[in-house]
Formats: sequence, C-alpha cells, structure tokens
Amino acid sequence: MALLVLTISVAYIDLGPYNVIIALVIAAIKASLVAYFFMHIRTSSRLTWTVAIGGFFWLFILFSLTFSDFLSRPIY
Amino acid sequence: MVDHSSAAPHAHQFDDIQQQHEADSLGMWVFLTTEILFFGALFLSYGIYRHAYPEAFAAASHFMDVILGGINTAVLLGSSLTVVLAVHAAQHGERKRLVMFLIFTIILGLAFLSIKGVEYSHKFAEHLVPGVDFQYKGPQPGHAEIYFILYFVMTGIHALHLLIGVGIMTVLAFRASKNRFGPDYFAPIEVSGLYWHFVDIVWIFLYPMLYLIHVYH
Repeated sequence: MALLVLTISVAYIDLGPYNVIIALVIAAIKASLVAYFFMHIRTSSRLTWTVAIGGFFWLFILFSLTFSDFLSRPIY
Repeated sequence: MVDHSSAAPHAHQFDDIQQQHEADSLGMWVFLTTEILFFGALFLSYGIYRHAYPEAFAAASHFMDVILGGINTAVLLGSSLTVVLAVHAAQHGERKRLVMFLIFTIILGLAFLSIKGVEYSHKFAEHLVPGVDFQYKGPQPGHAEIYFILYFVMTGIHALHLLIGVGIMTVLAFRASKNRFGPDYFAPIEVSGLYWHFVDIVWIFLYPMLYLIHVYH
C-alpha cells in the first residue's frame, strides 16, 4: 500500500502542465493515506473521529476564509 | 499512572480497557488536531505567496532536488509501514519483532534526516539560504527568497518533529527490549505510531508543493 502511494507521487513528475492534475493526485494521496489512518479511526470511538474530522474542518475554514479574501481582489 | 500488571488490566480511572484505549487514542488525536492547524498555517502562508508569485515560485523550485526529495518520501512511507508492523507486533506480544520494527523505524527516520541534511548543505553551498549570503540568479530574487524562507521553515519544523519522533521511538525501543509492552499494554506504541503517521502525511504534502511545482508550469 505504501509503495502504491509512492508510485503515485513519483508518477506525476512526468505529467504535463495541468494544475488540476496536481490537485487530483494530491487528493488521491491524501485519500489513500487517510485510509491508512482509518485502520485506527475505524477502530476508534465516534468522539475520536469527531476530533480528527474537526481538525481538518478547522483547517478548511482557515483556508477558505483566507483565500476568499486573497482570491477575490488584487493584493498588490 | 497506568497500572499494567496482569491483575489489573486497566487503570482505575477508567471503566474498562476499551474506554482506556479510546482515551489514549483521543488524547493523541487532540494533539494531532493542534498540529494540523499548526502546519496548516504554514501551508496557508505558502499558498498565499505561491498564488501571489507563481513564476518566482516555479523558477525557485528548480533548485530543489526532486530525486532526493522523492527518496525521502519513500523513506517516510516505509517508516510508516514499519510503525504499523511494530504496533501489530506489540498487540501480539512479539517482543523481538516489536523491537526490530521500532529500530527499523528509527533507522528510516534517521535516513530521512541525513538526506535532508545533505540537501541543506547543498543549499548553503549554492548560496540559497535566506539571510546567509543569499544570491539568487533568476528572475524576481525577492519573491524567490520568500520561497526559500518557506522551504527552510516548513521542512525545518517538519524535520524537528521527525527528530522528536525518532527520540520517542528510541525510548520505546529501549523499553520494549525490557519487555515493558504486551497485548494488554501497548498504548504508547500505538499512540506514537499515530504521531509518526502524521509527520509522514505532512511530508506527503510538503514534497509536491515544494519540489514539484516546476514540472507543470
């Protein structure tokens, strides 16, 4: 499984100029690694799961609020 | 403190061993959540400046050694595997395998740090360390310097986390060799494993963001 993720990360060195592909591949890596974590999350309580998801949720808030500012107007 | 004699399998403040396991895992996850936000702020800074200066960032990332970074990614992924195997060995009371996998993890962690050290030494030799005789010969040196600041801060703090992880694993390996862990007490191994996986995941994001910009611009 670890090797599979590795080949994904190495593979897109060969890819061309598409930014979308970056996002997709990174998401793929993220998904498979979170699944890796799920070995623990699956066996953990709902409370633990809530805390873990909460962390990523706050991160999402951080990114979306900040970028909604930076992307909606020229900064410089 | 946790009482791990076979007569009392769970600590007295818990109702049963399952609740204790959940508390252990929950505690580490609360800490990891703070770490997610901590690294998240750094990633956010990176995102903002990369959005602001895309050409400078793409040009500056040419100076990153994609091969060394890729090897490091493989090293950390392998070390996460050895961590999983160590936890598994602890769960089944296999002391020798537990110690072996912990030592493998330590070796891989140190390998990562060594390769990182080599990369840093290259940066110093090429005058690409901000604040230390920074000489950037491409376009927009000021913006490229921001890239390098972010590179050193993010990989440096990540390396610090990894170093702490190696220290934790060393202590665990030492205690494991003294047969302190078994099927009814392996929480420290499991919880340290979670920390190690987190450090691995941070690098999984760091590598493409820092090293692989230029390939698709």
